[in-house]
Amino acid sequence: MLSIRQTILNKGNNILNVYFTAGHPTLESTELILKALSESGADLIELGMPYSDPLADGPTIQQSSEIALRNGQTIKNIFKQVNNVRSHIAVPIILMGYLNQVLQYGAEKFLQDAQAAGINGLIIPDLPMEIFERDFQSLFKKYGLEISFLITPMTSDERIKQADKISSAFIYIVSQSSITGKKGGISEKQIEYFTKIKSMNLKSPSLIGFGIHNRETIDIANHYSNGAIVGSAFIRAIEKKEIWLRLFLILWILCATKLILLLFRIFSSLKFSFQLENTIGQLNFS
Amino acid sequence: MQNIVQDISYNVSDSGFYGEFGGAYIPEMLYANVEELRRKYLIIINEPEFQMEFNDLLRDYVGRPSPLYLAKTLSAHFGANIYLKREDLNHTGAHKINNTIGQILLAKRLGKKRIIAETGAGQHGVATATVCALMKLECVVYMGSVDIVRQAPNVARMQMLGATVVPAESGSKTLKDATNEAIRDWINNAETTHYIIGSAIGPHPYPDMVTRFQSIISEEIMWQIQEKTGKKYPDYVVACVGGGSNAAGAFYHFLNNDKVKLILAEAAGKGVNSGHSAATSILGSKGIIHGCMTLLMQTEDGQIIEPYSLSAGLDYPGIGPLHAHLIKTGRAKVYAATDNEAMLSVIDLSRGEGIIPALESAHALAILGEIGLKKQDNVVVCLSGRGDKDLTTYLQYIEKNNIKL
Ligand SMILES: Cc1ncc(COP(=O)(O)O)c(C=O)c1O
Repeated sequence: MLSIRQTILNKGNNILNVYFTAGHPTLESTELILKALSESGADLIELGMPYSDPLADGPTIQQSSEIALRNGQTIKNIFKQVNNVRSHIAVPIILMGYLNQVLQYGAEKFLQDAQAAGINGLIIPDLPMEIFERDFQSLFKKYGLEISFLITPMTSDERIKQADKISSAFIYIVSQSSITGKKGGISEKQIEYFTKIKSMNLKSPSLIGFGIHNRETIDIANHYSNGAIVGSAFIRAIEKKEIWLRLFLILWILCATKLILLLFRIFSSLKFSFQLENTIGQLNFS
Repeated sequence: MQNIVQDISYNVSDSGFYGEFGGAYIPEMLYANVEELRRKYLIIINEPEFQMEFNDLLRDYVGRPSPLYLAKTLSAHFGANIYLKREDLNHTGAHKINNTIGQILLAKRLGKKRIIAETGAGQHGVATATVCALMKLECVVYMGSVDIVRQAPNVARMQMLGATVVPAESGSKTLKDATNEAIRDWINNAETTHYIIGSAIGPHPYPDMVTRFQSIISEEIMWQIQEKTGKKYPDYVVACVGGGSNAAGAFYHFLNNDKVKLILAEAAGKGVNSGHSAATSILGSKGIIHGCMTLLMQTEDGQIIEPYSLSAGLDYPGIGPLHAHLIKTGRAKVYAATDNEAMLSVIDLSRGEGIIPALESAHALAILGEIGLKKQDNVVVCLSGRGDKDLTTYLQYIEKNNIKL
């Protein structure tokens, strides 16, 4: 299995990194979505660890997190889910979550279990670079996990260089000073910011995320960095398809025999991944 | 012999920590703003011109100094000298305005055009709306939709003052969720906006900044207690704690004087172990909430637990990092009062002294029987706010629970 960074460097550009929340819309869907994304050609997968208080996230990811938590999602279960699919899919998996989740699990144990489950790296938006260097960098090395730091239009050049130095996966270019999930076009100011970063010739590859939701924004991300990170737009698309999952659950409950149950299960998961492919198709990545 | 207490520092370190608590665990989107504040806050608030404007407003606009009142009925009841620090008499009715005056002057000097705030009881929201009206700045206040209902008079006041009140609908729809929404607004509008946090919480330098603005409370207590008792300091200072701003302000000048016992009153809600409580120091463990390392109520997976208190201002699952440090080092002691105990204290103070306290402040009165007061003890209780906002809650509670007046 290639590292996150090597995966980006090998392909070079038009990287598609898809985010979704583990345990949303259902606990069972997580492994299906991981496989479907891999089969549909996503280059990287960012798996969100649902958090009660996701400060950097907009309504879409907040709601998906609430649902995932209500479904009973836990960190241990996420590790289990990744472990279950790891032998089937080669795409690098990045966990995204908040520092408190890592600390309560026990930082070292978290990294150890993440590695054992086949996770490649982490993104923790509220982990400051300084604290990472002081308390976590050597542990990440020890367990062979990569990390990405965020930069925004307000990040100073000096800090961009620091992010470049310590991000072992890629630099996460936050497209605008905002929480996740904003729709709308890309302004001239943003283009200036992307151009500036491109001209800094950073050693790390970079991906643009936050507000990437259609062909236009994906094209811009591909042009100014190694590719795009799509989160809220993908979750919104899954939610439209959730009706299939509901139908499946109702039928499941109504099913009399195990055989019928199994048939429905196969049917429904096929249907579900078919819908997923459509969804990804609608995002128009190539 | 030196007491160990004096070897511990209660001031914030350069990197923003009180012992193991504090710091600034914020997403990069907020780094520039928080870093600017960190670099400038001490420089700005120490400027003579700032000091003059701040003190003039506290005197002429807020009505400081607030009186220190010897409550005779309470004193007779508890068998000690109980002094009330009357923050309830401040303009807008609580201690919260000390901080908003300071922060609005700072925001102006930072060139910010727009102000946001979170509020629980609505007192901080009103205090923020007030200073925004005074300084002619746009004001948006986030408030949990549950709190909008239970503190309706304050919502009306904010609207009257020209602020926009935005309901927070996530989680338990209370203070924690309002704070989340305010932080998200700040991320979206970082360049134009200053976030006036209402308690001694949040990323460094907020806890220290808010504590400094509130420290006027203990500064006044120092000379007032001398005037009233001839002693240089009280034996106890008692305050309720939500995030901890009135407590931090009431403690500040006594932190390094270990002869002054510092007492915090938390909200036990329906009982510490009832599953409906906000007693953070007992139920909480170390973790990160709203950008700082402190004690908070959380699951073993690090999910923040929804707190409960009848009192909107104490209905918060965390505690300011200074207080976490004071508790951990044993410098401050914490007691918890239930909704019911606080309500009984509300009635006692209303009937006994002719003062209707805020429900938050009543928690500080409710624990006085537990701390082992002796006859000669001089006790200062921070009466952080007045009860106007809570009247509906009070009358409903009295009716529902058949409390005989
Ligand atoms: C009157 C009053 N007292 C106390 C508090 C609790 O806040 P803190 O712990 O920051 O003093 C509030 C908060 O709304 C309040 O309105």
